[in-house]
Amino acid sequence: MLKQTIAMTALGLRSVPERWGPSLVIIVGLAGVVAVFTALLAMAEGFRSTLESAGRADVALVLRGGSSAELNSGLSRDQGEIIKQAPGVLTGPDGRPLASAEMIVIAELFKTGEQTGSNITVRGVEPAAFALRPQLRIVEGRGFQPGLRELIVGKGITGQFQGVAIGETLRMRGSDWTVVGSFQSGDAYESELWTDVEVAQTTFNRRGYSSVRLALDGAAGLQTVTDGLAADPRVNVDVETEQQYYSGQTRQFRATIGILAGVVTAIMALGATFAALNTMYAAVGARTREIATLRALGFGGTPVVLSVMIESLLLALAGGVVGAVLAFVLFNNMAVSTLGSNFTQVVFRFAVTPELVQRGLVIALAIGMVGGLLPAVRAARLPVTAALRAA
Amino acid sequence: MSEAMIRVRDVHKSYVRGRQQVEVLHGLTLDIPNGDFVALMGPSGSGKTTLLNLVGGLDRPTSGQIEVAGVRIDQLGSGQLARWRARNVGFVFQFYNLMPVLTAERNVELPLLLTGLSAAQRRKSVAVALEVVGLTDRARHKPKELSGGQEQRVAIARALVSDPTVLICDEPTGDLDRRTADEILGLLQVLNREHGKTIVMVTHDPKAAEFARRTLHLEKGQLLEQAA
Repeated sequence: MLKQTIAMTALGLRSVPERWGPSLVIIVGLAGVVAVFTALLAMAEGFRSTLESAGRADVALVLRGGSSAELNSGLSRDQGEIIKQAPGVLTGPDGRPLASAEMIVIAELFKTGEQTGSNITVRGVEPAAFALRPQLRIVEGRGFQPGLRELIVGKGITGQFQGVAIGETLRMRGSDWTVVGSFQSGDAYESELWTDVEVAQTTFNRRGYSSVRLALDGAAGLQTVTDGLAADPRVNVDVETEQQYYSGQTRQFRATIGILAGVVTAIMALGATFAALNTMYAAVGARTREIATLRALGFGGTPVVLSVMIESLLLALAGGVVGAVLAFVLFNNMAVSTLGSNFTQVVFRFAVTPELVQRGLVIALAIGMVGGLLPAVRAARLPVTAALRAA
Repeated sequence: MSEAMIRVRDVHKSYVRGRQQVEVLHGLTLDIPNGDFVALMGPSGSGKTTLLNLVGGLDRPTSGQIEVAGVRIDQLGSGQLARWRARNVGFVFQFYNLMPVLTAERNVELPLLLTGLSAAQRRKSVAVALEVVGLTDRARHKPKELSGGQEQRVAIARALVSDPTVLICDEPTGDLDRRTADEILGLLQVLNREHGKTIVMVTHDPKAAEFARRTLHLEKGQLLEQAA
């Protein structure tokens, strides 16, 4: 049986070059399905990893009670100080709490070659902000000087927007800022402009902060901070780890993309299944006499079914691999930006992960299986005596 | 010639065409001795190909008995019948039915893939079969590189290679010119006379029938006469 199956499969595959047209239909159809599926999920994956890697489990983010995002949170200067003094916060080398009270505002920047503006987060930070984000480093130029209207620009922005090259002056909300450096962090901060929080407050005429980040002291730190601040009547705040915050921010987007990918893939898969059926019926049709001859010689029905299935699966796999490679070449690491939850642009990169490729190939094989089954059964049931005389 | 190799007893065969049931063979009875070479002739629709398919185990009768070399093949299931064909029947078709992607020797080897023979044994048998049909020098050629007569010789080698009990030939010269046809028929005659193969051949061509030991005429599903 194995020998028969191998012989029949080899016969089928060797005649594929004579049937390139229909065979290509299966390959191209499945390449499309897998490429679209992989690309959509790669987008969701890239967005997720960009936002989630911004979040640390040992840093707490404190927002005004009931605020869902930094943008709609507001804390007064006094509250900022109280929060920084909360129990459970690590002390920095200078003997002060390792904490950064930060303020964000939205500025309008223009993408290169575009006339309409995009919202970009401008974040005013305290010196400890850098210690709280060790992944962030200046890759060009220098850091901003406290007290001056200087900016450092995230790498995600430098390539995409106008007026953010080092040495350029950027006009935002009626004031001029000098770009002095650019930084890299591999996460959502790369889509922001950073400056000194005091300068930002005076320039933009704000008195308070948007959020406070605290370095947590040990595993129990979060609970200690939460309890401490809950007990203090002067503040009404929500406390969660940065990681929890960012994961929450992406949940909606990931769910949407997941559904979109599912629906689009399902529709395309349906089309591809019919394409596969068509291809394999054509293959069986073209080989009618050949299959009948082998059956007459004594080859069994099962090897016929298996050989048609194997051919279908191999073509589907080829299509799947082509699709995965296409998705990888075209989309992996492609930088795109979208409106994040602060109504500001988040720049992230598509991530075509091995797991996504694997899922794409499984879908391709499933389609190949379904597309091959009915034609295979038809091939095995060919009436030998009539098929022998087929043209 | 010795006792009957093929025994056909009161065989009926009907097909359903559309809504109609059409009986092609009406209670046919026939003996073909071991070592015989029989030509089946008759007009289109007379049932000669149907009879050939039944004797070759490609189809089963609606009723009646068919015994080949002591085996009641009308009682075999389709899987058993396929295995029986592999061991006992060699087929030669009008249009050769070779696998276009395979060389002559690979085509000839196909029936041996159904046996337990090793690759070396298979190669040896293939070489012998190709030698019998006179195509040793064409072993590595693909069908499209061969003439019609050569293709039919490859097909005959394929039919012979597993040393079957019976050769079933369906219009083996229907697609060939006279001279080539005569060569092929001569070859079948040699296989019958010198190698003792029992051959049943359907043909339209009276000249082809002359190469057989005897000719059976079928008309409307019944045997007309036996010409010596």
